[in-house]
Amino acid sequence: MAVDAPPRPPAPATARGGLRHRLAERGVDRVLLLLLPAVLIIGLLFLYPMMYGVGLSLQPKNGGGPFGNYADFFQDSYQRSTVWKTLKLALPAALINVGASVPIAYKLRGRFRGRRVLTALLVLPVTLGTVLVADGLLRYLGPKGWFNRILLDLHLVDEPVRLIYNYWGVLFSLLITGFPFAFLLVLSYMSGIDPTLERAAATLGAGPWQRMRRIVLPLLAPGLATTFVLAFVLAFSVFPSANLVGEPAGETRVMAIAAYQAAFEKYDYSMASTIAVLMGVFELLVISVTLLLRGRLYSGPATGGKGS
Amino acid sequence: MTTAVSRPAGLPKRGLPRGRLSAWLVWACVAFFLVNLFGLILSVIVNSFGTKWFAGWLPQGFTGSWYSDAWSEFALGEVLTVTLEITLIVVAMALLIGVPAGYALARRDFPGKRAVMFLLLLPVLLPPITYGIPLATVLYKVHLAGTMTGVVAANLVPALPFVILVMTPFVEQIDTNVESAARMCGARTRQVFTRVLVPLLLPGILAAGILVLVRTVAMFELTFLVADADSQTLIVALYSAAFTPGIRAAQAIDAMAVIYMALSAVLLIIALMFVNPTQIVAQVREAPAE
Repeated sequence: MAVDAPPRPPAPATARGGLRHRLAERGVDRVLLLLLPAVLIIGLLFLYPMMYGVGLSLQPKNGGGPFGNYADFFQDSYQRSTVWKTLKLALPAALINVGASVPIAYKLRGRFRGRRVLTALLVLPVTLGTVLVADGLLRYLGPKGWFNRILLDLHLVDEPVRLIYNYWGVLFSLLITGFPFAFLLVLSYMSGIDPTLERAAATLGAGPWQRMRRIVLPLLAPGLATTFVLAFVLAFSVFPSANLVGEPAGETRVMAIAAYQAAFEKYDYSMASTIAVLMGVFELLVISVTLLLRGRLYSGPATGGKGS
Repeated sequence: MTTAVSRPAGLPKRGLPRGRLSAWLVWACVAFFLVNLFGLILSVIVNSFGTKWFAGWLPQGFTGSWYSDAWSEFALGEVLTVTLEITLIVVAMALLIGVPAGYALARRDFPGKRAVMFLLLLPVLLPPITYGIPLATVLYKVHLAGTMTGVVAANLVPALPFVILVMTPFVEQIDTNVESAARMCGARTRQVFTRVLVPLLLPGILAAGILVLVRTVAMFELTFLVADADSQTLIVALYSAAFTPGIRAAQAIDAMAVIYMALSAVLLIIALMFVNPTQIVAQVREAPAE
């Protein structure tokens, strides 16, 4: 369907002479035709369905005005609680992932033997995917799994700790799948900070802790905000792990599950679209707050030397 | 940086042991994470080879028969073929459409560029489920859901912007004079692309392609929402099997998981051969700031 790119743009470059010249001066010329297929595909496969979904969400199946679905969602405590459950999983997961990445990336930033191998090991879970991690957690953290067995043999606990089919299992799966992304991003931001700045601070008598707090962290903060946003997006769409290692009917009934159930179990596409739209709204809310805070942080060159 | 630290001597002496302690703490945490990660992976692998595993550290016996079971029961040959086909088509289309678009975005400054950038950024920022459900609804309406075309179309939504965002900074690094020189020597637009730009962009194209490959193989939500039994990828098949426990033997499911892991590991090794992970993310990071 969306594959065949139309050969012509709607308006620009068709008129002759003066208009074309003036457009070219503003950067509109035939090179932009290269952009057209991509924009068309995203428009057709992303923007149109989104708009369609928003429209659908305003036409409730059970009647009750255009905002009937939204009212229903917030009046039904079973549905409303999904928002809080999702945030309760996604926010700590994103915060822990970003927070843990900072010291590790700080130590890994210099050059040393085995750095590449260690980085690869830490990034490995990216390829595992949520489903595989969830499956592995069921085996590993289960009551007969190795983790509980070690705890039992060390006499740290008397009976197996319940770590799956509840909140913790989902949180662990989010940490395992989300950490590599956060770590990679933080590492690349950290590598962008000129080490001479720290050395300069050291010659002025700053200890390691002061260097970290006064030099590295302020320079890193905007990057950390971006990383947090991306980690949050990743954690917010928790779906397979909430179903597999969580308690999908209770504690970990996240918004994605509610939307899925509405669409493919109750066949109420209108309600499903409502929940999907609300998911987007809540997520963009957290993102904009983060980006707003980020705007107040230092932003500028992180390189040393003249003029910066 | 505005706060100049001015504390005289006395600190370095205490600084060293404390720094070493924190280093040990960090390494201990890394080690804990890695040990648990490998425990997790290993328990899946061991279980997939085990006969019965009720109690104890290891299964009672070892067998390879779960793999043949899983292979025939889950029609893995077919699923793998479908996975490969879908992924390769998605990669090819994303590159074919995304690289020129990235070029146009890098080279031209036009009215509405910010709007286009925002439109391209949204599919990366929104969780797949958010746009996946409306998209699936639309695809069901036009009878494309459940077909390969539908799955490819759904996977293209995050893949295409990703390629564009990765490619834009790569194009920006190339001197426009190189293009001008080629044109002066009589190259046409097509020739400029095939003879000058593509060879120069090859590292970026490879990186973007491999990352899209990895992401598409691991992309669960979109494929899950759109595919049916004939057009599902390996990850969706694995989820379906794992979500209905009791029907299939856990070991057979784990055997499928190991096959998936092997596929991912091969992809990761290929990816690491061509892509420096820290660099690629740094370049993705710079793109939205444009």
